[in-house]
Amino acid sequence: MNFILKMAWRDSRASRKRLLLFSLSIVLGIAALVAIGSFTTNLQTAIDGQAKGLLGADLAVESRTALTPEAQQFLDGLGGEQSREIMFASMVVFPSAGGQTRLISLRALEGGYPFYGEFLTQPSGAAARLAAGEQVAVLETGLLTQYGLSVGDPVRIGEQTFTIAAALENVPGESAAIAQLSPRVYIPLSRLPETGLLGPGSLVRYKTYFKFGPEVDAERLVTEMRSRFRELRLGFDTVEERKEDLGEALQNVYAFLSLVGFVALFLGAIGVASAIHVYVRQKIATVAVLRCLGASAWRSFAVYLVQGIGIGFVGSILGAALGVAVQLALPALVQGLLPFEVDFTIAWGAVLNGAAAGLVICVLFTLLPLLAIRRVSPLVAIRSSFAENTDRRDPLRWALYALIVAAVTAFALAQTTRWEHGLGFVAMLALSFGVLTGLARLVALSARRFFPKSAPYVWRQGVANLYRPNNRTVLLLLALGLGTFLIVTLALTRATLVAQIENTGGANRPNLLFFDIQDDQIGPLERILAEQSTPIVAQAAIVTMKVRSIKGRTVEDILKDNTSRLPSWTLRREYRSTYRGQLSATETLLEGTFTGRVEPGVEEVPISMEVGLVRDLQLKLGDEMEFDVQGVPLKARLTSIREVEWRRMEPNFFVLFPEGVLEAAPKFFVAATRVATPADSARVQRAVVAGIPNVSAIDLALILQTLDSVFSKIQFVVQFMALFTVATGVIVLAGAVMSGRFQRLRETVLLRTLGANRHQLVQIQLVEYAILGLLAALVGCGLALLANGLLAAFVFKTVGAFPLSTLLGAVVAVMVVTLATGLLANRGVADHPPLEILRQET
Amino acid sequence: MLKVERLAKIYPTAAGPLAVLKEVSFDLLAGASLAIVGPSGSGKTTLLGLCAGLDRPSSGTVTLAGESIGVMDEDARARVRNEHVGFVFQNFQLIPTLTAVENVLVPVELRGESGPEIEAEARSLLTRVGLGSRVDHYPVQLSGGEQQRVALARAFINRPKILFCDEPTGNLDGDTAHAMVDLIFGLNREKGTTLVLVTHDPELARKCQRMIRLRSGGVVEDTARE
Repeated sequence: MNFILKMAWRDSRASRKRLLLFSLSIVLGIAALVAIGSFTTNLQTAIDGQAKGLLGADLAVESRTALTPEAQQFLDGLGGEQSREIMFASMVVFPSAGGQTRLISLRALEGGYPFYGEFLTQPSGAAARLAAGEQVAVLETGLLTQYGLSVGDPVRIGEQTFTIAAALENVPGESAAIAQLSPRVYIPLSRLPETGLLGPGSLVRYKTYFKFGPEVDAERLVTEMRSRFRELRLGFDTVEERKEDLGEALQNVYAFLSLVGFVALFLGAIGVASAIHVYVRQKIATVAVLRCLGASAWRSFAVYLVQGIGIGFVGSILGAALGVAVQLALPALVQGLLPFEVDFTIAWGAVLNGAAAGLVICVLFTLLPLLAIRRVSPLVAIRSSFAENTDRRDPLRWALYALIVAAVTAFALAQTTRWEHGLGFVAMLALSFGVLTGLARLVALSARRFFPKSAPYVWRQGVANLYRPNNRTVLLLLALGLGTFLIVTLALTRATLVAQIENTGGANRPNLLFFDIQDDQIGPLERILAEQSTPIVAQAAIVTMKVRSIKGRTVEDILKDNTSRLPSWTLRREYRSTYRGQLSATETLLEGTFTGRVEPGVEEVPISMEVGLVRDLQLKLGDEMEFDVQGVPLKARLTSIREVEWRRMEPNFFVLFPEGVLEAAPKFFVAATRVATPADSARVQRAVVAGIPNVSAIDLALILQTLDSVFSKIQFVVQFMALFTVATGVIVLAGAVMSGRFQRLRETVLLRTLGANRHQLVQIQLVEYAILGLLAALVGCGLALLANGLLAAFVFKTVGAFPLSTLLGAVVAVMVVTLATGLLANRGVADHPPLEILRQET
Repeated sequence: MLKVERLAKIYPTAAGPLAVLKEVSFDLLAGASLAIVGPSGSGKTTLLGLCAGLDRPSSGTVTLAGESIGVMDEDARARVRNEHVGFVFQNFQLIPTLTAVENVLVPVELRGESGPEIEAEARSLLTRVGLGSRVDHYPVQLSGGEQQRVALARAFINRPKILFCDEPTGNLDGDTAHAMVDLIFGLNREKGTTLVLVTHDPELARKCQRMIRLRSGGVVEDTARE
């Protein structure tokens, strides 16, 4: 052992810088794992520490309809301190900002909520003014910034004008990301009726928050009362449930990010293996001499294994240290995405886990090239020629492959909560590497087969480097191709989603939707829109109803039945149905016959349902249902099943009734129009809100803007992680080039000796790296296009975007990175006298 | 010390089996010296490799210091090499990352021996070959002749019973080669070591007590000298 350690240390003398460079390949992968692991641990600690603040109460009860007297009585009976909130989407007008309008999430609050955590506003004290019932509103900070508003400015909500009391900074249990989807505006509940906004059919959520004394266990309470809650169609949320939900979401994000980080580690490990492969080849003579002098095969092997472990060890320590440093940056990165504060502490468990994973993977990959040392014959010392003995039948090699697959699988399974996801990750990883390796081999083969014999010398040399022994084609295409693939896929997915939404408004389709239009307001709305030269292009009457029974069984019965597999939301929800004589352009009949009209008084109404809901409710054609249309029972039979293109900005419905049944029921409307420009949209919205304040509008631009801002945030986090892979690719590239530098030095020196000038030597390198960079970029972009195409076809049900500028940008960027790294790593080779370099590299 | 009986080495090639050594037999007593000569491709280096236990014969036996090394596995042969054999190669074969003294120490350190006495002996051997002032130099900092002298010191550090030299002067100029030859034979006498060397140099071959000439893998001459 003493000899092995001593020899490993002495032998590393001339190569320590190189070995350090090898170890850098795994640093970023380990750093990513450590950073994500530590941050997640800190998040979990934050969740545990701020548990009650996550909900702001001990119990939150929610209803989608106004509370019935029975439900109200039940809630009153639960005791404790209570606070009520009514929330729905509405329009606000900012008179001081030129009368601009905006769709917001209106929250009318009464009582002492939040009971835990702080309702943070700037200036502070606004919560007390809301509680006192003043005519004030608290607006999302972003709204004030966006519309140039100040505290004290007026804001018109419905028929009332409120004074802005403060900017909202934080509400317990809600992340600032919500503001991006729908900015919040708080007013006192007592002021809500005067706004006139709460009409029939509004999509309203009624919430009641509870704070109990220490003698009441909220968890036990909801467990005991679960069936009563379901009977009354009330949803509930407790601190424990919120914690579990958050923990689960956190676990999913952690799994995703750590797997992205693992890709970087895996890539780095391949880089180490590749560099060690070259290193071992240079050590063959030394090993042969050791064998001649009496070192056994295993002893010689152990000398270099110690060096391999050293590389892993140094890489792990550096990676762990960097990971802890990166963790400092993560809170800023996810700012606004989390509903609570996260303190920074070093999570030693996560640090050790990440470092250990890195060490194990690195050593396993290092072992692959090291196995060849066992087979080095002492005869090499007296024979100048040496045939490398990489026996593919070596059982240890196969055992090692199996061990690597097992280790990667074990890691993936440990990171994911579902084994299918873990195995899926391993399969995808294997597939990506397989495809990239296959393509790289094809490139090398093509370079040989279609060699440009008539090209200038430097071109021929550069191209020949792609397939000559010890070429870097496979490694480089793998390293840079994978990084490019990950980042470009993200960019393409974003472009696809944005294009998909843009398309929904294309080709004269509606792009501005009005909702919450009361029965007597559809006429005035038509007039206003006509005046604005934007007539209604689609409209639908909406009748609210609930499901009373399915196939003869009452909803109450089904809700009480714990064995029922029907999702409770499908039973509890208030359905907004319409009636029409024909299917719309967004609907396709899948099964049955659509009936467009029935005679009044028909006993069973033939209805059409959306295919997803049919599946959820486990229905089939011919099944009967009974609806409660605002107190009136209505028997129906499923006679047709439709597919609905929900993405189109047109009124779409789960349940479609024929004409002749619902016309007399209380109803309200949605209507859609098409506006040419954002300015037109703002003008039309202003006119509508001025004339009919309770009508809300949402336009395609707003959806796009919302999607884009949310996607930007997520993409930033994911790109940050993917950058670890790209940076690892660059380090692996630098390592490969450095190895190649030693390998090809003699050849370069020979060329130099034979009269090649510096310019020619640099040109040869330029050609080689430009080709490799271009190929890596093309392969990465090609795979990204394929992945995006598959995602678009099978997940987003659309056509993948093909943003040429993004792809060209990626190709140029990868080429520049490859060229810069290649030339930097090779610098100096052509500048020194041949003899000097020869002596240095002996 | 070394007994070779009906030794043969056959390599499979695309054109069929290629016999590079055919039925070679000889016996060498302790302290004797043997030169193996012959044209390129005659099988000299193959014979040396088999005698030193660097390779396994296709047939025949090799007994070195009383141990039949032809049937041993590679690790057992490595032990025999470490205990009984010293090597001097044509291209020196020093480990480039070790200093001169560290190179000399490798065979004894492989046996698990170390300490100031051993190191003193290594330095003394280097002084004996004229490199007392260059013990901490790396191979790249030494000339060819100096590197070969380090290799010789390394060969003698484990007090081998037999020393195998493969063209020990092949890469050296005339004067340096003479000095090297003197050192080899001087140490050989001094330490009582058996010497087997492969050479193209007739003058060097004549210094040995016995000479075997090979041609096309077979012995064509085996002469002993007084």
